[in-house]
Amino acid sequence: MISTSKSDKLFSFTNYLLLCIILIIVLYPLIFVVSASISDPYLVSRGEMWLLPKGITFEGYRRVFQNDEVLTGYRNTIFYTLFGTLINLFMTLTCAYPLSRKDFIGRNFFMAIFTFTMFFSGGLIPSYIIIKKLGMLNKIWALIIPNAVSMMNVIIVRTFFQSNIPSQLQEAAEIDGCSIVRLFTNIILPLSKPIIAVMALFYGVQHWNSFFAALIYLTDRSLFPLQLILREILIQNQMSSQMLMTGNELDLIAKQAKAAELIKYSIMIVSTLPVLVAYPFLQRFFVHGIMVGAIKG
Amino acid sequence: MNNRVGISKNTLTRKFNIKNKKIKKMFNTYQLYLFILPSLTYFIVFHYAPMYGVQIAFKDFIATKGIWGSPWVGMKHLNRFLNSYYFWILIKNTAGIALYSLVAGFPIPIILALMINEVRNKYFKKLVQTVTYAPHFISTVVMVGMILAFLSPSTGIINQIIKSLGGEPISFMTKPELFKSIYVWSGIWQSSGWGSIIYLAALTTIDVQLHEAAIIDGASRLQRIWHINIPGIIPTIVILFILSAGGIMNVGFEKVFLMQNPLNMESSDVISTYVYRSGLLGAQFSFSAAVGLFNSVINFGLLILVNTIAKRIGETSLW
Repeated sequence: MISTSKSDKLFSFTNYLLLCIILIIVLYPLIFVVSASISDPYLVSRGEMWLLPKGITFEGYRRVFQNDEVLTGYRNTIFYTLFGTLINLFMTLTCAYPLSRKDFIGRNFFMAIFTFTMFFSGGLIPSYIIIKKLGMLNKIWALIIPNAVSMMNVIIVRTFFQSNIPSQLQEAAEIDGCSIVRLFTNIILPLSKPIIAVMALFYGVQHWNSFFAALIYLTDRSLFPLQLILREILIQNQMSSQMLMTGNELDLIAKQAKAAELIKYSIMIVSTLPVLVAYPFLQRFFVHGIMVGAIKG
Repeated sequence: MNNRVGISKNTLTRKFNIKNKKIKKMFNTYQLYLFILPSLTYFIVFHYAPMYGVQIAFKDFIATKGIWGSPWVGMKHLNRFLNSYYFWILIKNTAGIALYSLVAGFPIPIILALMINEVRNKYFKKLVQTVTYAPHFISTVVMVGMILAFLSPSTGIINQIIKSLGGEPISFMTKPELFKSIYVWSGIWQSSGWGSIIYLAALTTIDVQLHEAAIIDGASRLQRIWHINIPGIIPTIVILFILSAGGIMNVGFEKVFLMQNPLNMESSDVISTYVYRSGLLGAQFSFSAAVGLFNSVINFGLLILVNTIAKRIGETSLW
């Protein structure tokens, strides 16, 4: 056998070392935010808390969950995410399936006109005018319909259909007299669970994290998604007095400023938690899904 | 004579038959057209209708008269933009941020993928992947929130470190000269891991026999990376490079917009934020549409240019 040479060992060692440094660089800010969200804000702002939580307090979380706007935002976001993702899945699967079939006449034409939209768009203002014309301003539809399909995802799903579902299977079913709709619902979809999971994750995360559509199309605060409320708190520093002041703290401005910092860290965790909880379970699916879609794209 | 007529008749009927067959096939698979109908409608309404609407860039858009009824004014809005004080600042910022991101950010996922690919320990590999992909799932709002919190001059951890080392706290977000670096490097932190997936996928398709042969020939691991792995993923690299070079003027609106403040504006104002401000906030629809169109056309031109160059040099291209 060929033994590993010295230079290979050195290479391996350097590789592991560098990856460990990368791990620390990526992980440190994440751990810091978690720790800061349950630490005494006074210690955090003085730089005494640098990794593990110090002076543990759940005050930040308590104030976040007491806030009506945050709760409404959370509820709205859950709704937009579930409903929006369902529509995305329906549209993406029904779009990708015909495009995956060689006997679909006009396949190249549809492919071309859909793909073109990935590279050229009318831009913000004409899109806004269309949405306005359709009467979607200040409606939940404005957050759901204008992003109903992503062509990138259609391509990934199409590739999955082509490479993972044998065409002989489809032909056999059709010879047996199975209609295309039934073929799709009873054979293709059950065989496509992994890619459906991937798409649900991609679209779900996108809905959960989006704020721009809401920013330009919504003015009604009761419809605001969580990210828009977050923007006010994290970036514009607007917190409702309900959040900052509780009882005897009304007079202490310095204490309020500290509480504001604590609330910021807590709300980062609260808003990201659902995604991070779902993520490890879905990870093997999405890595596989991307790989399938990427190679033969 | 007779014969010739016969032949042409024959080809005619054959042609007719092929056409007939096609129609018959389309008819038999009509359900496929029902499948694609919702998406077709979607792309027409939400992507092609705005392209049609772009003509307001050459009109004075009057809402009551609609896109069609508004009067033509030619290049008025485009000229106004090209001659405005903001033009060069916007171009400089947009192209500057994009080029910086491309130069600093493009190679890192490739290097990361090559490194992860060399890890033999299954668990360590999984750990690195899980951790480096994770920041991708953080929303832009939270990401910018983190940047602001970490860089805060009074309470941020970075300035705490600077202070404890005896330095003066830096007000990062109000310094225009630091804006691009903060934008680019936080972006690298967030998306390099995720970006490496596609290269890892490409690496798995490389023939194992190549490596085996190289080992027998006495190649070191570094040599195998250089002579087998990198050439193996070149097509993927080229495709992704074309795509990112084609989107060069599309600097991520959301993050720039959230990181902007009046003090760093001179280096943070990019075309998309300017379109948003003048168009939606300032209600200058036609002018902003002209600016947006200008941006799209440059992007599309760059895409075609880079694609053509890639086609000439290598054999990989988008189309």
